[in-house]
Amino acid sequence: MSKTIVLKKGLDVPVSGAPEKRLSKTVISDIVAIQPEDFKGLLPRLLVKEGDRVLAGSPVLSDKKNPDIIVAAPASGTVKEVVRGEKRKLLAVLIQTDDKQEYLDFGKKNPADLSAEEVKSALLAGGLWPVLVQRPYGILADPAITPKGIFVSAINAAPAAADVDFAYGDEIAALQAGIDALSKICPVHVSFDAKRYPSSNLNRLKGCEVHLFQGKYPVGNVGVQISHISPIRKDQTVWTVSLHGLAAIGKLFLGGRYDVLRKVAVGGPAAIQPAYICTLPGMPMSELKPFYGAEPQGLRLISGNIFSGRNVGERGYLGFADDCITIIKEGTDKELLGWARPFRFNQYSADHTYFNWCLGWLTPGRKYDMDTNLHGGPRAFVMSDGYYAKFLPMDIYPIYLAKACLAGDIEKMEKFGIYEVLPEDLAICEYADPSKNYIQEMIAKGIDLMLKEMA
Amino acid sequence: MNKIFEKGGKLYWLHSTVDAFETFLHVPGTVTLKGAHVRDAVDIKRIMIIAVIAAVPAAIFGMWNVGWQHALATGISANVWQAFWYGFWKVLPLYLVSYIVGLGIEFASSQIRGEEVNEGYLVTGFFIPLIVPVDVPLWMLALAVAFAVIFGKEVFGGTGMNVVNVAILARAFLFFSYPSDMSGSGNWIHVGANEAVVDGFTGATPLALAGDGFNALANAGAQYGTDFWTMFWGGIPGSVGETSVIAILLGAILLIWTGVASWKIMLSSVAGALFVGGLANLCGASDIPCLYHLVMGGFAFGTVFMATDPVTSAQTEPGKWIYGFLVGALCVIIRVFNPGYAEGMMLAIFLGNIFAPLIDHLVTSCHINARNRKLSKA
Repeated sequence: MSKTIVLKKGLDVPVSGAPEKRLSKTVISDIVAIQPEDFKGLLPRLLVKEGDRVLAGSPVLSDKKNPDIIVAAPASGTVKEVVRGEKRKLLAVLIQTDDKQEYLDFGKKNPADLSAEEVKSALLAGGLWPVLVQRPYGILADPAITPKGIFVSAINAAPAAADVDFAYGDEIAALQAGIDALSKICPVHVSFDAKRYPSSNLNRLKGCEVHLFQGKYPVGNVGVQISHISPIRKDQTVWTVSLHGLAAIGKLFLGGRYDVLRKVAVGGPAAIQPAYICTLPGMPMSELKPFYGAEPQGLRLISGNIFSGRNVGERGYLGFADDCITIIKEGTDKELLGWARPFRFNQYSADHTYFNWCLGWLTPGRKYDMDTNLHGGPRAFVMSDGYYAKFLPMDIYPIYLAKACLAGDIEKMEKFGIYEVLPEDLAICEYADPSKNYIQEMIAKGIDLMLKEMA
Repeated sequence: MNKIFEKGGKLYWLHSTVDAFETFLHVPGTVTLKGAHVRDAVDIKRIMIIAVIAAVPAAIFGMWNVGWQHALATGISANVWQAFWYGFWKVLPLYLVSYIVGLGIEFASSQIRGEEVNEGYLVTGFFIPLIVPVDVPLWMLALAVAFAVIFGKEVFGGTGMNVVNVAILARAFLFFSYPSDMSGSGNWIHVGANEAVVDGFTGATPLALAGDGFNALANAGAQYGTDFWTMFWGGIPGSVGETSVIAILLGAILLIWTGVASWKIMLSSVAGALFVGGLANLCGASDIPCLYHLVMGGFAFGTVFMATDPVTSAQTEPGKWIYGFLVGALCVIIRVFNPGYAEGMMLAIFLGNIFAPLIDHLVTSCHINARNRKLSKA
């Protein structure tokens, strides 16, 4: 076992609404949605038409560039509707589920007997290839290449996100099978929380390289972990996979079926009795009524965590890659003399111009009911790079990178580390920015530019 | 009520101004659109107001000192309050001119750009009266402020985009355009047209005296108290807010404690000044003890409030050490080796601002090389 990597930089924002470790219910919704937007880099080709019957695991979409890559239906039923937007862009495929949940049978396989190529083709055929994300750029993995490693984060440091031990502690067999399968392709690295590892159920996982991390958010971001384990060079690629993706891969080999049922944490300051539900990706948010009351008026439903999730609204769906849903209040209230008051006890600030950081000593463990208020007007970057870098545990100058992205300067973006980051990795800088810029969007645009220019 | 100021409304062209007053009163109900859904409670307004509060002790002391110096020069006795009020009424016009001209231009340019009005000038406008002589003609100040705000900031795109510190630029404009009103010995103490000066009172700043060697300074010290400790607490002639190191240190504590200004820049600037001052002492280029440089002239004010401006100083943490050292060192180099200029702090910060991007380029290049070496092993 490697020694613990301690990250000094970072910030744990005390947001209230961490979910209680309790499975509230299993939700198999009437509708599940498959959204091409969940898979960056996918050029979707529709393989079904309205009225078709599908089983869990039936191909629904394939990639136009690489037709071997398919996206499968998470549940059995009939295709209800193909939702298209402007210029006939494919937005979602809605499946009306039946209550039988029948699976397409892919046949049980023992990962130990398979070669790397056989594992790859099993994943492609089983519709689970899209759980692999390729870095740089965070796109669909390319089956033709062998990455230098596959990285898994078993740390979830975002506030109100899923507790790894609770959500995955009983999936050891599936996770182990997933590791066994993927390690046929290349070494699998799994990062654990150093403090919890000795007592965690997950410490039984073997066949992978174990890395122990200690630190504050974003220590759980796999990008941050990779930059400390084995930073990505321009000519290198790595793949990452989430824990639920890894478990799904394991179940494909153990049970021969496409089973993406997962425990999803429903939390956040505005969630009523935050807890876990067991559900499929593509679940409509309207299934969450018990957690937000009858009317989601003035609430924001986020698929993903509070820093890098997607605001999907009550008519949206749980994202394919997400295992947490955060519900927060829209902060549309004005605050009289907010910035001019000596103290703002009900607002959290990591900045020392407010005095919450000393309150932290007086009232340890205090959580704040945060809302979506921007707390100020957008400005040009005023504070220096160091102000942001103290929250980012990577060897990167965040604002130089963001400015290079803004300028569209490929050479500078390369130099300042665009290959190592995804927008989510700089989310904490965006949180802390007194100039209220959208730093993640800047990085996302930079990555899109890189993809265009490097193609 | 704001309908007419919204897009499509009759008075939409005034929306920047309305927004400015509205957001001054309360934090607006704007929400995040994407990305990090929650944001920290801090904003630029908060950071700027802390910088202003930090300079308040220096401003109050400066006002009192204007009255006190006037009393010393004319021999009229004045108690603390009388001295303060005298100074208050002398400094108030400087503030009015600074804010009316500066904010006027700021509002107008925000209106032209269609952006929210920036709070950057609240700080700049507070600093400018503190770094000019109390007797500076108001029209000159207005011209300098207009020049600095337009050509130092707005043409680059407003707060956050400027290359040099706007307050320093205003002072430099005055210094080079109207040198007779900005240096010498007649400008630092306000003496009314009908008032007589006490016999033998020169009105020269200790810094100007120091130009003639330590003896001149020491003799003046014997005459009206320009020894080290007087200069430390600030009862000397000089620009309005720059004289009291104690008042400035109070501000420095607030700035460092809140993290608004970089302690690295302050510390390295002091180190740079002591290093060059000490070197000058050792090689006999100057007989002014190097510690004196820290308490004379604008060094303290410049180090704490001007050099640490986050926009124009070095951006990288290692760069801040180099930048601060450069500012402190340049200040003393100019003071000691350039007989033409008694004061070097303004030029030192000016040069520091100009060099800051180069320093950052150096630091980031080194960082990139180190990264590449690390990556090539990975």
